[in-house]
Amino acid sequence: MAAADYSRWDPLVGKLGWDIFPFHEPVVLVTFIGVVIGGLAVLGALTYFRLWGYLWKEWFTSIDHKKIGIMYMVLALVMFVRGFADALLMRVQQAWTASGGTGYLEPHHYDQIFTAHGMIMIFFVAMPFVTGLMNFVMPLQIGARDVAFPFLNNFSFWLTTSGAVLVMMSLFVGEFSTAGWLAYPPLSGIQFSPSVGVDYYIWALQIAGIGTTLSGINLIVTIVKMRAPGMAYMKMPVFCWTTLCTNILIVATFPILTATLVLLSLDRYLGTHFFTNDLGGNPMMYVNLIWIWGHPEVYILILPIFGVFSEIVATFSGKRLFGYTSMVYATAVIMILSYIVWLHHFFTMGAGANVNSFFGITTMVISIPTGAKMFNWLFTIYKGRIRFEVPMYWTLGFMLTFVIGGMSGVMLAVPPADYVLHNSLFLIAHFHNVIIGGVVFGVFAAMTYWFPKAFGFRLEPFWGKVSFWCWLIGFYLAFMPLYVLGLMGVTRRLSQFEGTIYSAYFVVALAGALFIAFGIAAFLIQIAVSIRNREALRDTTGDPWNGRTLEWSTSSPPPYYNFAFTPKVHRIDAWWHMKQAGYQRPLEGFEPIHMPRYTSTGIVLAGIITVLGFALIWHIWWLAAVTFVFSIGYGIDHTFNYDRDYYVQPDEVAGIEGDRTKLLAAEAVSK
Amino acid sequence: MSTETVLEPQDFYVRQAAHDDGEHHHETGTMLGFWIYLMSDCLIFGTLFATYAVLGRNYAAGPSPADLFELDMILLSTFMLLFSSITYGFSVLRMDKGDLRGTLLWLVVTGLFGLAFLGLEILEFSHLWHIGATPMASAFLSSFFTLVGTHGLHVTAGCIWLVVLLVQLGRHGLTHENKRRMMCLSMFWHFLDLIWIGVFSFVYLAGVLV
Repeated sequence: MAAADYSRWDPLVGKLGWDIFPFHEPVVLVTFIGVVIGGLAVLGALTYFRLWGYLWKEWFTSIDHKKIGIMYMVLALVMFVRGFADALLMRVQQAWTASGGTGYLEPHHYDQIFTAHGMIMIFFVAMPFVTGLMNFVMPLQIGARDVAFPFLNNFSFWLTTSGAVLVMMSLFVGEFSTAGWLAYPPLSGIQFSPSVGVDYYIWALQIAGIGTTLSGINLIVTIVKMRAPGMAYMKMPVFCWTTLCTNILIVATFPILTATLVLLSLDRYLGTHFFTNDLGGNPMMYVNLIWIWGHPEVYILILPIFGVFSEIVATFSGKRLFGYTSMVYATAVIMILSYIVWLHHFFTMGAGANVNSFFGITTMVISIPTGAKMFNWLFTIYKGRIRFEVPMYWTLGFMLTFVIGGMSGVMLAVPPADYVLHNSLFLIAHFHNVIIGGVVFGVFAAMTYWFPKAFGFRLEPFWGKVSFWCWLIGFYLAFMPLYVLGLMGVTRRLSQFEGTIYSAYFVVALAGALFIAFGIAAFLIQIAVSIRNREALRDTTGDPWNGRTLEWSTSSPPPYYNFAFTPKVHRIDAWWHMKQAGYQRPLEGFEPIHMPRYTSTGIVLAGIITVLGFALIWHIWWLAAVTFVFSIGYGIDHTFNYDRDYYVQPDEVAGIEGDRTKLLAAEAVSK
Repeated sequence: MSTETVLEPQDFYVRQAAHDDGEHHHETGTMLGFWIYLMSDCLIFGTLFATYAVLGRNYAAGPSPADLFELDMILLSTFMLLFSSITYGFSVLRMDKGDLRGTLLWLVVTGLFGLAFLGLEILEFSHLWHIGATPMASAFLSSFFTLVGTHGLHVTAGCIWLVVLLVQLGRHGLTHENKRRMMCLSMFWHFLDLIWIGVFSFVYLAGVLV
């Protein structure tokens, strides 16, 4: 069967047609059958156990920051499996073709896979992971009852999900972009990418990106305005500091992404000349703009993770964090510097020696505050009473791996070296080294660390350790060969090779990817085993790790209002201080608590916007117009709802807190 | 410092007054959040200005600003927008006095000035389109139409918001929420004025000078 015809257009269905389903490709067909069977199984189970109403009432329409945080994590996990499947497909293809075979993916399909892999892993895995973490943890750490704009939070989540839905849809309806994860023009322009692939890319990112911007604004205001009394900025947990800096970066960069994608869309949809080769357009303008967003983006991902490790190192070393103040300043300096290094992604543009030197030096300078952080963690561990729990495994794995990745980054920051290494597998190895060794390890550490807070029971440590070792070994096997291959001159995004001299390296890399697959499987097994053994793993105290910050002062899982009484903070590590000072939980005198109401507006509005995105991708103008007007109207309608909050009555609070008192008493007796 | 004094258990949580605090936070939170949103919007305009700065002289053998811009008309529409900001200020002054009728009246005047501005912009765009100076003609025109058009879309959104606010004020009067909304739209409206000052000097004036 031939590829679909994307040049036709019909007023009713736009570019849609029966030939757009790419089932002539066996890989896609098998995946599709798997997804249909799996999807039906999940839908059937939800219906059979009558969970739809529960999900809708308690989760989808929830504006509780904890539930939204958990939903972000679930979304990220699902998309992680998708993104990893893409990685595995590529590893198999490269090992196969480098060993003399012809492979099983044709170039057009292979190009979609690497584009989808990069874009999904950054926007729909790493971003929801860190956003989910910040959403769940930060309000608890500052002693707040929710974020500043709870409805907006729900809406942001559903916008992100909407983007993810569009990307997933491109797998079976039409095709995805082949232009790489940042869609450089002129390749991503209408002339060289006439299909709907780039349009899927644009609208998925556009919708999710607006959600991210709104969430960034929300979390900044939450930190600035809703900290518990006494929590001065320099008494905030480091994770809150990194969250603040991250969200400032989000608000300071995502609008640039939005504007840049709008310009690319105008080129594609209207035929303007921003990034075209003719009539005055300049493709390098796009490359500059996208990296002015793109470089801060990688710090958006890693900064919260630095915060995670700071919390974990202090808790499991039984010491307060070494160098709190320097940690805060290092974070802020990284935040600022990340904005003035973007050009190191394209030294080869040829902007001249002076420009390249400036950006090379600023890039190297970033390693100073990062190095300071590394020493702070080391000195926190030094002479600490270390408990070697699973989060500490991830932390030590991170410290070793991230330093290696950082050093290869400094090598790439040297412009002459970069002229050799640009777009080679050395670069691929470098950024996977820092993203896996940093963000992914950090997310696993964070999930293990805060899981008991979210669900009331710990994760089974055995499978956590299995997962860690598989990931660590798998990472080194998969990416160290890529450094070598890069130095040998292999460039990125290749699906075929001449000769077999690279064979051994690619086969080792495939073995590494398989180890990582075991690591992911072990993590999923860990969750299943932990759910089964949840009674044995139950955390009744609310403070399973002997923690230091306020989230451990409330029950696990926390009541929906988080704190019966707003905590009052006197020092850094407020909860540790409370424990030292002999704090007693207040058992009476509960007061009404002001809380926001749940609303379905967020999910409905995001649903309409998903249809709008689909209509724009397929050029179905009437549908786009209808859904656009409808979404505006629905949004306006929402502003006519003045009844958005209520007071939880003291006797309800007393009931919930009374249950916890009994639980704590029973725990004390059994000890 | 507090670390030296002995703390009692009740020193670690807040009783009473907490709720007033919460309310207070919520109010100022909205203003801060909206302000941060405006800054993010400002970055969108920043990107468009930067694009215009880079591509604005790539005429591709087509018309240049000196050929196209009619400063008299631009000056007129500039005054429409500036007046609308002043009248919005009058509306807020009436609001502070608790005068609903005055507030509504000045809001309507503001909206009319806004519509006049938009009308003039549509006239200008359709004229340019008519003589073949379309966004598709050159990178200069692409970036010009996008920058000015994005501002125009914002003013359109502001006008729609203004109508919604008129209805809400009519229904509920000068309540706490509505006053907050008045202040948010006020920030939005003045912000667009500020952006237009940039467009007027950077695009139109500088364009004709060159």
